[in-house]
Amino acid sequence: MSLEFDWLFLAEIMLAGLGAGGLYALTGLAFVMIYKATRVVNLAIGEMLMIGAYLCFGLATAMNLPMWLAILVAVIGSGGAGALLERVAIRPMLGESPIAVFMVTVGLASILVGVVELIWTSEPRRLPEFMPATPVMIGEAFVPSKVFYGFLVAAVLIGVALAVFRFWRGGVALRATASDQQAAYSMGIDVPKVFSLSWTVAAMIAAIAGVIVGAVGGISSTMGVFGLSVLVVVIVGGLDSVLGALVAGLLIGVVESLAGGFLGGEYKLLATFLILIVVLLVRPYGLFGTHEIERL
Amino acid sequence: MRIGTARSSYRHDEALFDSRTQHAWLAILAVALIGFPFLADEYWLYLACLVAINIASTTGLNILTGYTGLVSLGQAAFMGIGAYTVAALEQKLGAPVLLNLLAGGFVAMLGGLVVGLPSLRVKGLYLAIATIAASVVLHFVFANWHAVTGGHAGITLVPAEILGLSFDTSFRLYWLFVPITILMVAGAANLFRTRIGRAFIAIRDRDISAEVLGIPLLRYKLLSFGLSSFYAGVAGGMWAYFFRVVTPESFPLILSIFFLAAVIVGGMGTILGAILGAVFMTMVPEALKLVVGWLPLSADATLILSPVRTIVFGVLIVGFLVFEPLGLQEIWRRIRRFFHLWPFRA
Repeated sequence: MSLEFDWLFLAEIMLAGLGAGGLYALTGLAFVMIYKATRVVNLAIGEMLMIGAYLCFGLATAMNLPMWLAILVAVIGSGGAGALLERVAIRPMLGESPIAVFMVTVGLASILVGVVELIWTSEPRRLPEFMPATPVMIGEAFVPSKVFYGFLVAAVLIGVALAVFRFWRGGVALRATASDQQAAYSMGIDVPKVFSLSWTVAAMIAAIAGVIVGAVGGISSTMGVFGLSVLVVVIVGGLDSVLGALVAGLLIGVVESLAGGFLGGEYKLLATFLILIVVLLVRPYGLFGTHEIERL
Repeated sequence: MRIGTARSSYRHDEALFDSRTQHAWLAILAVALIGFPFLADEYWLYLACLVAINIASTTGLNILTGYTGLVSLGQAAFMGIGAYTVAALEQKLGAPVLLNLLAGGFVAMLGGLVVGLPSLRVKGLYLAIATIAASVVLHFVFANWHAVTGGHAGITLVPAEILGLSFDTSFRLYWLFVPITILMVAGAANLFRTRIGRAFIAIRDRDISAEVLGIPLLRYKLLSFGLSSFYAGVAGGMWAYFFRVVTPESFPLILSIFFLAAVIVGGMGTILGAILGAVFMTMVPEALKLVVGWLPLSADATLILSPVRTIVFGVLIVGFLVFEPLGLQEIWRRIRRFFHLWPFRA
């Protein structure tokens, strides 16, 4: 073993980590959106990702749609599915304890996995290639093209989403509902519609993330495990903080990649969850989350 | 409460079962439990053992989640600790079975305390997620601590043996598991008539108020965590003797979700609820197997069984939370009430 440290290897791993982190940030954004608007901790986020990827796969292979159209239809379809889930399973739980709603999303996750396995079986599949195949070089470091373009798409989408929240009417309504539900109601905002909107948009974002994740690593019915890492991301960042989701997404991506690269694949999840434990110990409300004070 | 059960002493008032009817039903239940193994075939005995294990673990989780209000998604991992302890003791030392089970319980309890101490800084959902983190870490330990756990290959056990009698069939294991489970359930039922149990309930209802009333929160929450892990550990030990092979994949996160689902489906915070929930959730997949077998699908029937099972599992969780949040126990209560009042009120 040489004493010389392989800086190029480190750089490549960091870049791959940032690529994965971009996807974590994107999915984390979808998660935070649902949490801010509806106060639901959605454990089914990984499965919503999976549904998006499988819809795209089904449309592209069984119906022979061109890839761009398949992605478009899959995203719209996932949005519809998100709205449906909200209406059927989440809306009736309004006012119930957060734990009960959390368990409902656990149940939803199980249903989604079952549906996917029923239609497409549990065998891993590959999405048709749709990204340029030539690898990208940043300086001397080699970055797989899918990771690079995936990160690019994630970054652009995050930018668009943030702009939409800032300036679009629906986005403003969503932020208003998040900050004070009662006040939003009395200002004439249709809060149930905002709930529905947040689930729809979050499902669409998750679907895009799912397609990218699927393109990079293939799709399978166990893809939902991605959701566990996303859960760590949003807790570390603070459940109700968009900025937190972005920062923590990149952080977790890099840490996972470092642990995987230097220690071995089985250390990935361990590293992620050790960070989670430390954050829960030191700052339970996350890096940028609101510290809620409990009153009797 | 039944009509016509006037209590004339505190003893009578405190009794777990206070009416003649209940005693009669209990006697019938006891006869049924003793008679069952002689009438049932191997398959039903196998199920009965599995149900007994699941009842023990679900009752433990119910102490923590149903009675103390602390949601945990780590029950399967604690079962894993128990199972590995029992397997290692059995394989390396050949210690007596009952001692192994007890040790499994205590080591799991220790694990529960270690996990609980930092986790109890947070509550609610954060706690649930902290316990997921604990199960990920434990899974890593199971898979990589080769000296004790045997790594991914796991540990294979010989059948349990008490006084030269080998517990190698479901029929024999039934006589080991069912009494242990009954003992544990009775213990849990009695727990909630003591100061400790009442303190748990107070913490569930409002932890800050409980602290104001003079209940040391950390100590009691830890105690609840420890007790629940103890139950999980013993259940895990029984699991080890039942399947006789313990691997890291034996106790996945989905198993923890299964136990939490059983608590919810049965009815949180009732002894009967945990029992009903565990029985129901264990039997549903078997019932599905029968139904799928009847359907005219022939060849790929087994292929769709696993996804259908996953879907039904999810539908049960969502359905119960949305339509019957108090669980099976509430349905049972309604049925009982109907017969109590019949024919005066329909």
